[in-house]
Amino acid sequence: MEKIFTRPKSLKNAVFHYCPGCGHSIVHRLICEIIDELNIQDKTIGVPPPGCSVFAYYYFDVDMIECPHGRGGAVATGIKRAAPDSVVFTYQGDGDLAAIGTAETLHAANRGENITAVFINNAVYGMTGGQMAPTTMLGMKTTTSPYGRDPEFDGHPIKMSEIIGQVEGACYVERVAVNTPANIRRAKRALKKAFQNQLDGKGYSLVEILSPCPTNWKMSPVDSWKWVDDVMSKKFPLGTIKDTTGKTHAD
Amino acid sequence: MAKVLMTGNAAIAEAAIRAGCQCYFGYPITPQTELTEYMAANLSRRPGCTFIQAESEIAAINMVLGASVTGARAMTSSSSPGMSLKQEAISYMAASQLPAVIVNMSRGGPGLGSIAAAQSDYFQSTRGGGHGDYRTIVLAPSSVQELADETHTAFDLADKYSIPVILLGDGMLGQMMEPVEFKHEAPAVPPVRPGGLRGATGRPSRFIRSFTSNPAELEELNWSLYRRYQQIQEKETSCEKFMTDDAQLIVTAFGIAARIARGAITNARALGMKVGMFRPVTLWPFPKDQLKELSKTAKYFLDFEMNMGQMIDDVKLSLEGSGDVTFYGRPGGVIPTSSEVLRVITRLYYQKGLNG
Amino acid sequence: MLIKTIFAGFGGQGVLSMGLNLAQAAMIENRHVTYLPAYGAEVRGGTANCTVSISDEEIASPVASSPTFVVAMNQPSMIRFQNRLQSGGIFFLNSSLITEQVSRGDLEIVNVAANTLAEEMGNVKSANMIMLGAFIKKSNILHIDSVIEGLNVALKGNKKLITINTDALKKGYDLL
Repeated sequence: MEKIFTRPKSLKNAVFHYCPGCGHSIVHRLICEIIDELNIQDKTIGVPPPGCSVFAYYYFDVDMIECPHGRGGAVATGIKRAAPDSVVFTYQGDGDLAAIGTAETLHAANRGENITAVFINNAVYGMTGGQMAPTTMLGMKTTTSPYGRDPEFDGHPIKMSEIIGQVEGACYVERVAVNTPANIRRAKRALKKAFQNQLDGKGYSLVEILSPCPTNWKMSPVDSWKWVDDVMSKKFPLGTIKDTTGKTHAD
Repeated sequence: MAKVLMTGNAAIAEAAIRAGCQCYFGYPITPQTELTEYMAANLSRRPGCTFIQAESEIAAINMVLGASVTGARAMTSSSSPGMSLKQEAISYMAASQLPAVIVNMSRGGPGLGSIAAAQSDYFQSTRGGGHGDYRTIVLAPSSVQELADETHTAFDLADKYSIPVILLGDGMLGQMMEPVEFKHEAPAVPPVRPGGLRGATGRPSRFIRSFTSNPAELEELNWSLYRRYQQIQEKETSCEKFMTDDAQLIVTAFGIAARIARGAITNARALGMKVGMFRPVTLWPFPKDQLKELSKTAKYFLDFEMNMGQMIDDVKLSLEGSGDVTFYGRPGGVIPTSSEVLRVITRLYYQKGLNG
Repeated sequence: MLIKTIFAGFGGQGVLSMGLNLAQAAMIENRHVTYLPAYGAEVRGGTANCTVSISDEEIASPVASSPTFVVAMNQPSMIRFQNRLQSGGIFFLNSSLITEQVSRGDLEIVNVAANTLAEEMGNVKSANMIMLGAFIKKSNILHIDSVIEGLNVALKGNKKLITINTDALKKGYDLL
């Protein structure tokens, strides 16, 4: 019988430490499938952050450098400038990309660094145990917004993709989700395009991925997947925010 | 090649290019901005080399971290307030065992301080500066020629020990001009350190990290760093002794302060006082054995710094109680003169009854 | 012999180039030399100064607490530096812009109407080179030819500027 579904070559044979229902493992797999399909395993360098995905190097079978919190945009810049033939991607959470690393992210985009940024937005700080993120929804209870996020004191959820979309150096910005099979397929197309852009030398690509965090949202995995559609994507609408590459999706 | 008249800042930049520095990332801050400008003009056009004016000192040092990951020779420079911002990534590089050269043309502090030359960053430079148990090699030149020479040494030591190396100057050394001779030609192609990450071609993939969830593993990392630091302490100390043979009073000073002290000592000698100077070139590792050795013949030490007394801790630790140590310093960016230091030397010399 | 000189004046008077040219010439003569400019906020206010130390031996401090020579291109600089000069030192004054008398009696005063002479030569900007020429002659620390050679380096072969500056240098040199 023909084997039609198998582990991507660039995904290590390891058990994910992520919680049941978490989006990280899906995104890891998608990136690895793309690395295989583009045949770039031997020149890819991943830049994972502190956070739940700090152990990404246990799963990605590519060179990786774990970087200081939020500094992915700067570290990736250094790598890509020093070794322009490599394929560099950052893997950043919402605290990393949208809070502590806002400046590094924005300026890497503005310089049009030829890198791929993968932005996991799960509206919460995962690894530290469910604190408010810059992308936490209004009214959402976290351990540091125990009465619900109040815009008067905590500000509003920040829409980084829309902000990055304003920056000239960014060639492609898209928001996707990994909560349904259809959305997962769209997410893969967006990620693949973001890697292809780099191979084509087009500049900075950002893919924001709405990703469920059942544990810190205190929901079942199924409920959390629904919540992405019903609540999160209302504030963070899915779709292409910017595309100057002149190409549409492979579909 | 013939000597050229250059500022300290420009001399460091030129020496770095000749040492094969491939990537420079910086952010303007007085009094080191000329170094950044020199790199913008001269490094950016070299084949395969990169210059970026980063959005912050934080970004600049993290770009250095990234470039160092690939095996490239990378460098950043700043002055005191900017150095505070860089400490996070320096700690990460120490843990990840990534080489880099970081220049601090220091100025008055704390806070925004002043733009005048000062030496108040001794503790920050020699005690790790960021979080965790780590050290960086710290070189403290005291002339434009030495800035150039030690820049080369800094890159070599960084690669040799996979460690960040700090070149600690000050505003005056950065701004002043002196004739300088460059002893190396720039390589046509910047060198690449073996073992860098450039993609897993022909080998298994590798990762570099500083985090582990296993305390025992982190303890082992700390021990291995410690063993390397011991090795560096044994092999890499460097110092200059000036008129110490028959000296009864020895002035300890580093960097530009040592230049000022030297002038005072020359004049003190002319007045018949037996005074000498001990100048550490490596602030970490501190040349403690060489200093301790001097206490066999000299009993009195005058530690002179352009701060409130920082290196004096290392002076006392080195002497282990075998010398009588007095401190004189001017903090905040005030530049003392040689005649001022001569007055201090003279007073101390008589107070201690060294005039016979 | 260690000779320290402070050049001071308004920003734009070419005070730093005077020091730089002297330092360049000292290097050409294989002397030890340091050039220390005032920098940053200190010069943003419109005043500029630099210190040049020249010696046959290694130079310790580049700072001049009591310089041998001071060249003051304007009145504020004359007032600021007159008490720094060592006793018996030579005070070079741009008499085109300095009207006040020096209060110390232990200095040798050399008046050079640098601006007036420069205007007569058709280029007020070369006042600094006229003063430098006079300084070279009077101080006798370096050969004028070294300064001219240094100019060629500093001006990167710009023939027009080299001619203007060289003429001004010689004019100042021949004054004394």
